[in-house]
Amino acid sequence: MQLGFGPEFDDFRQEVLAFLLEHWPPADGNLRSKEHERTFTLAAIDRGYLHRSVPKRFGGSEQAPDIARAEIIREEFTKARAPSGRIASTGKLVVPTLLEWGTEEQCAYFIEKTLTGEFVWAQGFSEPNAGSDLASLRTKGELLDGQWVINGQKIWSTGAHKATHMFALVRTEPDAKKHDGISYLLIDLRQPGVTIRPLAQMTRQKEFSEVFFDDAKTPADWIVGERGKGWYVTRSTLKHERSGIGGLTWSLSMFRDLVKLARLVDYNGKPAIECPRIREELAAIEGQLMSLTYSTYRATSHIVHDRDTGMFSTMPKLYMTNLAQRISKVARDIVGDGFLDMSGEHLKWIERFMISLSMSIAGGTSNIQRNLIAERSLGLPRDARGAVQ
Amino acid sequence: MNFLLSDDQQAFLDAIRPVLNDRCDSQQVHKIFDGDDPYDTALWSHLVAMGIPAIMIDKAHGGLGLQLLDLAIIAELLGEFAAPVPFFGNAIGALAIQLAGSAEQRANWLPLLATGERLATIAFGEGKGRWLPGEWEVPGGNSISGTKVLVPNAAEADLIIVGTRDGLALVERGAGYKTARTDSADRTRRLDIVTFDGTASEMMPGDGATIDRLIDATATLLAADAFGGATRCLERTVDYAKVREQYGQPIGAFQGLKHQLANMALEIEPSRGLYWFAAHAWDDLPDKARHAAAQAKAHCTDVYLQATRDMVEAHGGIGFTWEHDAHIYMKRAMFDWTWLGQPSLHRLRAADLAGW
Repeated sequence: MQLGFGPEFDDFRQEVLAFLLEHWPPADGNLRSKEHERTFTLAAIDRGYLHRSVPKRFGGSEQAPDIARAEIIREEFTKARAPSGRIASTGKLVVPTLLEWGTEEQCAYFIEKTLTGEFVWAQGFSEPNAGSDLASLRTKGELLDGQWVINGQKIWSTGAHKATHMFALVRTEPDAKKHDGISYLLIDLRQPGVTIRPLAQMTRQKEFSEVFFDDAKTPADWIVGERGKGWYVTRSTLKHERSGIGGLTWSLSMFRDLVKLARLVDYNGKPAIECPRIREELAAIEGQLMSLTYSTYRATSHIVHDRDTGMFSTMPKLYMTNLAQRISKVARDIVGDGFLDMSGEHLKWIERFMISLSMSIAGGTSNIQRNLIAERSLGLPRDARGAVQ
Repeated sequence: MNFLLSDDQQAFLDAIRPVLNDRCDSQQVHKIFDGDDPYDTALWSHLVAMGIPAIMIDKAHGGLGLQLLDLAIIAELLGEFAAPVPFFGNAIGALAIQLAGSAEQRANWLPLLATGERLATIAFGEGKGRWLPGEWEVPGGNSISGTKVLVPNAAEADLIIVGTRDGLALVERGAGYKTARTDSADRTRRLDIVTFDGTASEMMPGDGATIDRLIDATATLLAADAFGGATRCLERTVDYAKVREQYGQPIGAFQGLKHQLANMALEIEPSRGLYWFAAHAWDDLPDKARHAAAQAKAHCTDVYLQATRDMVEAHGGIGFTWEHDAHIYMKRAMFDWTWLGQPSLHRLRAADLAGW
């Protein structure tokens, strides 16, 4: 049993460290400069450290799949707080989809501009009447005079008000069965037929939008995969969500913040961390985090050795959601009256108390996750309505 | 990264599982649970023949010279089958001599323990939640007096490793102590109250740090047993939900139950990584071992106890009966939860060890 990646990867880690030492942080210390970020990203692509699965002709670094190297890069880039080539999360979904299903022309046109941030993507899946039952979506696409004409409404589209393009599921075959009538279309959002209205969240932030299509147009060949196969195009991209180590890092850092909070804030006259109830709850959360951590290592090891991950594969999202909620509840207890002050020092924790709730809704609700665990991992009978497709 | 069992470890498990399938089915476990035999001697002989007591005994003394992870995965397997054998006390007793015994004590006892000719056990608890070395009040020496509680199979054991204020003491059968069987919930692992009264004993040279290692190994084995038991509870409950029909369909098709089972799986499956890590840390990452063992014991035994309750609930009336296996697992979970101290105690220890 070996927890690290072993001495055979030490040289590689040293190379990555040497690269970072040379390129980040920038000489003038300006970490926020877009220009510095761009220069760094291009250098990292050139060295094969970022966008590894993307062919060179589309602007990537075209490296053989290697989860160990990818993880070492991620670890060291995170530690150095270097740009990780992170395109907005929705862009992360569209690139692998194009690589798998797109035409050469689509890949050539869209991918490089997506990686450089020129094209910013929004996802157009949910509709007001198609949430968990996504396949009941009704936004309509008709092929008229050599272009798609789109009418309907999408919702919960993260970042749409800042996006240039959308990948959307659109009903193009109205007479086909529910799942077989959907196509995966790419749409330029910068046109008169598109109206975008940001939605204010309970946190006061505006992260997602409603998008209205009113005779919006898109070229006939901006369809990914065949007509009526959009559902299957979307499903296949789910497998690109890999070992979930990224989510683990996020959970661990939220927990570290909580411990810091418990040290700083008084609770019944002494630091909260000295209160036995808080200590015990922190330890209980840590026990869950350790379970998640080492199960993730186990899952990663399975992937490295090309073996099936097993029952755990359906679990990380719900486990992290529950953990985030548990963490934010302890923080709620610790901040005391600060829980009411949206301009106070504990705003971050008030926001997390709410945002942790959005985790149980976005990207498949927690109840849908439970269906996935029950059906895929436990082999229980499928829901009669086919909720899990 | 290779956080997986080795081929040898998997092969060891694959060799033992059929023995348990054949000789430790539900009927056999109930027979021992309800009967007067303190444990399943036939099953134990088979496990002894397969080398289970020898796992962590060094090769020079006739053992297999393996690590805690190797022992822990066997504990998981025995936990899965609720095996009514004196594995736990014997394994920790042997490890105590391996870690803390003098050369002479090791030479006298380890070869006999490796072959299963002798059975060891451990006496840690002193009642009122006093389980850990700092809480032991029985004085050590060439003769000891005092009472230890919840000692596994003391009446059957050939030697007892006793935790004393002054270190670990080795007491042989026949040295003059009284055992009284406790009416313990878990009848797959019988427990005794042991009263020493001027009983001849030999102190073992192992120091405080060595005793701490022994405690960590004990905590880890309890966690492993708990994980094994919990996985079996899940498997049994899921199987039942697939075949039991109500309203014309398997109950496992009802979303209410599916979600309960998903929640059960969500707690159980990830805890495997935690107990593996605790065992691995004990073997190879000593500075992380104490904390990991405390966390594994607290978390896995909590998860197990809840899993057994979920199992009963999902089974309905049949799950509440004596003839069903659910109560046997619940009582094993009660053992794992209680023995060496409740989860709460270990969480507070983990908090201290984390430097909070």
